[in-house]
Amino acid sequence: MEFLSYLISGISLGSVYAIIALGYTMVYGIAKMLNFAHGDVIMIGGYVSFCAMFYLGLPPVVATLLAVLACTALGIIIERLAYKPLRSAPSLAVLITAIGVSYFLQNSALLIWKAAAKVYPPVIDGSAQLFDGQLKIPYISILTVFACLIIMAALSLFVSKTKMGKAMRACSEDKGAAQLMGINVDATISITFAIGSALAAIAGVLMCSAYPSLMPTTGSMPGIKAFTAAVFGGIGSIPGAFLGGLLLGIIESMAKAYISTNLANSIVFAVLIVVLLVKPAGLLGKYVPEKV
Amino acid sequence: MSTVLKVDDINVYYGSIHAIKGISFEVNEGEIVTLIGANGAGKSTTLNTVSGLLRSRTGSVTFLDQDLGKVPAHKVVTKGLALVPEGRRIFQQMTVQENLDMGAFIRKGGNIEEDMEMVFDYFPRLKERRWQIAGTLSGGEQQMLAMGRALMSQPKLLMLDEPSMGLAPILVEQIFEIIQNLHKAGKTILLVEQNAQAALSVADRGYVLETGKIVTSGTGAELLASPAIKKAYLGG
Ligand SMILES: Nc1ncnc2c1ncn2[C@@H]1O[C@H](COP(=O)(O)OP(=O)(O)O)[C@@H](O)[C@H]1O
Ligand SMILES: [Mg+2]
Repeated sequence: MEFLSYLISGISLGSVYAIIALGYTMVYGIAKMLNFAHGDVIMIGGYVSFCAMFYLGLPPVVATLLAVLACTALGIIIERLAYKPLRSAPSLAVLITAIGVSYFLQNSALLIWKAAAKVYPPVIDGSAQLFDGQLKIPYISILTVFACLIIMAALSLFVSKTKMGKAMRACSEDKGAAQLMGINVDATISITFAIGSALAAIAGVLMCSAYPSLMPTTGSMPGIKAFTAAVFGGIGSIPGAFLGGLLLGIIESMAKAYISTNLANSIVFAVLIVVLLVKPAGLLGKYVPEKV
Repeated sequence: MSTVLKVDDINVYYGSIHAIKGISFEVNEGEIVTLIGANGAGKSTTLNTVSGLLRSRTGSVTFLDQDLGKVPAHKVVTKGLALVPEGRRIFQQMTVQENLDMGAFIRKGGNIEEDMEMVFDYFPRLKERRWQIAGTLSGGEQQMLAMGRALMSQPKLLMLDEPSMGLAPILVEQIFEIIQNLHKAGKTILLVEQNAQAALSVADRGYVLETGKIVTSGTGAELLASPAIKKAYLGG
């Protein structure tokens, strides 16, 4: 029973990582950049929804919607102002800019919302009791897992079936060839950032509901974990991000429960290193040979 | 005979490298025109400039009486210009069918299915491999797919950048046969090749490029017969 409860909390945590990792992986797949500010967008999503619920007294659904809107706009603005001018710059310059954006967001949050942790009001309370109350599953865990599954399914359909989704895949393979097909690469990258940031907002709401302490640095650790998850699953791959996130959450939860809370993170990263040694492209990463 | 493409005095740079030095040429309706030249002469740079992927500092590119100078790269195909780029650059992780769909990206409805059948008539191999991932095709099949993909946009001018590159002689023959079939069907084609022999034998007219300049031009037959061309490009 104990094991089951750790497994469920691992799956729930993993679902949050997966939602964040999906954003990471899509941006990487299409813009070919690691958006290290992605984690901080989660934090902004957390604060926006917090303010909507706490100060304005809005219902959780509306607060989530506001957070999604705010983060989508933020994602588009970040891309326009910080990354677009660097489209043809070396990737190191882009990486450093992303780190800069990350600090900028954290410090802006510090100015606006101060350093003291806010206690986040969960979007749903309570838990389901199973086996005569021996196993408690928080409703937020159930909601998180379902949200993750729906997002994953919707994204897969979007990318494989819609015109915009196909444009994204084309851009991710070859931007020049995509342009020759008539695809507006800049617009496609903007939309990718918008989607990734909207997902970050949702992840922010779900995560803060499960772990209700909200600070300007709240997004950075989950951001790094989700990045790890994306690499673990195979960066650029949507099912990979999902699988990577889920596994990472489960490993972390089990390590915390059965080995050591302090070592949990080290174990997570050790697993990553082993996986990458065996499969350099990640679990579901594809290696496509070039043909002449 | 109306002019489809007019390139007038273009100069293209890569940073400080002056790759194209004042090139002018034109392509008329229904013609196959070829640009030939050695590796590094500036053939691809010229085609990429016409397609809007690169920009000229001077002069103009006029397509069907419209100045392409200010048209963004992704809009060029909507004007009726399709480029089959050097090295094919098909979408390796997509299926053959999806690649052809991408070729028709700018089209809204219409007879896309019909055109796909037309592409399959030119390239029956593609029909057999319709659901295969494009990256698993052989080099020759990938070239066919790249050409089919370009045809899906219903181009008024088809530009081919070294379609014979890296292919076995038998496949080169096949590709050039298809180019001639397209020509017979009334397509206007701008063909860039290092394989001067093959290109000149199908072309109505040709231009010879050397280090970013046009050094000679003439009909396909004239250039094939020219002693200077024979010496430089046709192996004596
Ligand atoms: N991306 C690039 N950066 C710098 N120089 C380039 C680039 N692409 C081509 N060049 C240079 O421009 C010239 C023309 O190249 P290109 O148009 O590719 O020739 P071709 O297609 O005839 O082989 C060459 O000298 C080549 O080295
Ligand atoms: Mg070339």
